[in-house]
Amino acid sequence: MATPAAVHTDHAHAPAGGKYFVPEPSAWPFVLTFALVICIIAGWGYLEEHSLGPVPAYGGAALAIYIIFRWVRGVCLESEGGLYNTQVGMTYRMGMAWFIFSEVMFFAAFFGALWYAREMSIPWLSGEGAKLSTHTNLWPGFENTWPTNGPAQLGGKFETVGAWGLPFINTVLLLTSGFTLEAAHHALKENHRKVCIAWMWVTVALGCLFLYFQVTEYVHAFHELNLTMHSGVYGSTFFMLTGFHGFHVTLGTLMLAIIAVRLMLGHFKPDSHFGFEGVAWYWHFVDVVWIGLFIFVYVA
Amino acid sequence: MAHTDHTTHLHDDHAHHGPEKGIMRWIKTTNHKDLGTLYLVFAFTMFFIGGLMSLVIRAELFHPGLQFVHPEFFNSMTTLHALVMIFGGVMPAFTGLANWMVPMQIGCSDLALPRINNWGFWILPFAFALLLSTLFMPSGGPAGGWTMYPPLVLQMGEGFPFLIFAVHLMGISSITGAINVAVTILNMRAPGMTLLKMPLFCWTWLITAYLLIATMPVLAGAVTMLLTDRYFGTSFFTASGGGDPVLFQHVFWFFGHPEVYILILPAFGVVSTIIPTFARKTLFGYDSMVYATASIAFLSFIVWAHHMFTVGMPLAGELFFMFSTMLIAVPTGVKVFNWVATMWRGSMTFETPMLFAVAFVFLFTIGGFSGLMLAMAPVDFQYHDTYFVVAHFHYVLVPGAVFSILAGVYYWIPKWTGRMYSEFWGKTHFWLSAVFINITFFPQHFLGLAGMQRRVPDYAVQFTDFNEISTIGAFGFFVSQFIFIFNMLRCMSKSGVPATDRVWEGAHGLEWTVPSPAPYHTFEVPPYVGDDETSNLHDTAKAH
Repeated sequence: MATPAAVHTDHAHAPAGGKYFVPEPSAWPFVLTFALVICIIAGWGYLEEHSLGPVPAYGGAALAIYIIFRWVRGVCLESEGGLYNTQVGMTYRMGMAWFIFSEVMFFAAFFGALWYAREMSIPWLSGEGAKLSTHTNLWPGFENTWPTNGPAQLGGKFETVGAWGLPFINTVLLLTSGFTLEAAHHALKENHRKVCIAWMWVTVALGCLFLYFQVTEYVHAFHELNLTMHSGVYGSTFFMLTGFHGFHVTLGTLMLAIIAVRLMLGHFKPDSHFGFEGVAWYWHFVDVVWIGLFIFVYVA
Repeated sequence: MAHTDHTTHLHDDHAHHGPEKGIMRWIKTTNHKDLGTLYLVFAFTMFFIGGLMSLVIRAELFHPGLQFVHPEFFNSMTTLHALVMIFGGVMPAFTGLANWMVPMQIGCSDLALPRINNWGFWILPFAFALLLSTLFMPSGGPAGGWTMYPPLVLQMGEGFPFLIFAVHLMGISSITGAINVAVTILNMRAPGMTLLKMPLFCWTWLITAYLLIATMPVLAGAVTMLLTDRYFGTSFFTASGGGDPVLFQHVFWFFGHPEVYILILPAFGVVSTIIPTFARKTLFGYDSMVYATASIAFLSFIVWAHHMFTVGMPLAGELFFMFSTMLIAVPTGVKVFNWVATMWRGSMTFETPMLFAVAFVFLFTIGGFSGLMLAMAPVDFQYHDTYFVVAHFHYVLVPGAVFSILAGVYYWIPKWTGRMYSEFWGKTHFWLSAVFINITFFPQHFLGLAGMQRRVPDYAVQFTDFNEISTIGAFGFFVSQFIFIFNMLRCMSKSGVPATDRVWEGAHGLEWTVPSPAPYHTFEVPPYVGDDETSNLHDTAKAH
């Protein structure tokens, strides 16, 4: 996950110039929380079917996006203004690494659910192990197969998305995007800014193409395969895993685009570009999650 | 004791980074001391609210039959009491202590990510406003237990999304706080402050941070599946669709068991700091304390299903989780031994922090032993969901985690405010707390062994006597805490005796080298870590 440049960054405990960097007080975190709570109340209205009008949803989201933009912009200006020393750079790298670890654990919960359904609950419902009476009394005809929408066949008959069509193309796209991103990184380190920007936009394009195919696949699944979130535990795990992954690809593509724009504005130096590296780590993480998805959701 | 000659680089009159005025100071602050204070004030507010909920529970249980509240509301009280005390009380209190003490103990200016620190704090009041607002909805608050087991929790009224999103927000707050502490400890230590010279409070918090970052996302995943099961037609926890309600219990407790060490490891750190000070001796077995903490953290990931012995697991599962759970007694035993060995032949004095720390060692160990009893799967079939379990986890959480928080606040508040608290009222507070907490929870062991169910507002008449005793203890404990509040407010209003820089005769560590009260930014340049300041951790430091 870590690029060599980040690992070999000088692990200096002492701040450069003998002074610690301490930011000014900021109201952004408080306002961001306020915006998130407005979004939550709007989400509550949607889920519980209370009409709150469009203002909370759009207003909260717009405020949150504006605050995130201002906050990130402030950090970029501090960085470009030379306020950060090597210690701050290390802080951001470590922070990003721990954050990605937390994301890994978030996906682990859903991969765990998939494993449990296939190795525990489905075999037990079909009469294996100590749960025989559930099988014989409730669903005597149920057999251990995968994919399945359960003994009650929730959501009705469905078909699955084949692994070697669009999902395989998407695997190739995402893996390629990992290489194009690294090509951009190498170009940046060798100070070939134009080459770097070109590779960045290629990476963004690959991310967009991936998302386009993913949406195409969802439409196909909904309308022609009758595969929805209602399709028992298969539909649940399929859409939860691919859905959250797609959400992360969306965020990653946006962040890559922002980095590309910053490169065009002249940000980053060959030896100092944490923003670039952080987003690159995130993109590789999204890549690795997809490999897991392709193997355990589509192929196996 | 050359501890005053390297404080000359401190400036508290640095106007550029000085605090703002009025309410905006607290909303905009990125300062670790301001945020530590906010965390602690928030935590004690939540202790008060959660305490009121526990009084509703104890009042209802004073006599058998229904007296004061509707059973549904009683269930909301048990559910919210747990959520408020765990996520609103103990966790923010320890984050508050970490905010105050980690930068001062390792010798840096502030936490590594000060703006993220502000965000992590301000999420909490909003999250608990959402959670507690459900009580005022016509359909009531969450009443299915804090563990949120489906399918019961899915029957909650229209406040259900607020429960789920509040848990998400608490998760974001915990993860941001944990990343902050971990990065601060790994990246901001003063030169010479090597990992194995670090105060144990920093060590236990580093490991706690790792547990938080690893498990809070899993809880977020679990409650997200609850949300989609209720609103989007998924069937993760529905057997007819191929899912399993027990799956939720596994995912929840994969978070939930490390969570109990999140609540107690920082307490170990506080107690390991206080006991050497008042025993005036080097901590016995510093390295083994670090390794024991790490071992407990590792084991905490492979014991979760001991919360589910009666759910119908395969026999192999029961055995594995029984034996792995019992293994935890080994590193915990190392710790208790080390605390006792530190006190052995020490020049002990019993100021209030030490009283709470010694009571911690004694009473936490009782909770540990009842935990061992619960770890035995065949025996747990009898104990499960009885008041024995309630007694067990309250012994580790109240005279365990909460006593260590009180001990830590008494120990460090002279450094924070520059004033000594009243020792007389501190000791009064301690003795009343120690007596009442045992009156509250000791009889619950007997109730549980005799078969009284938890989370039920009524009980069989033969349990009345012990329940009356327990209720009297709970009210006494609650009232006693006001002594603490007034004692602390006295320090904060600058009306106590001024504190010296060192505060305690036997205190060592960087935090005692700076003035009391500590300046707004403690160390603007990295301090020198003298051997004397690590001498309560390592004997060898004195030999240099």
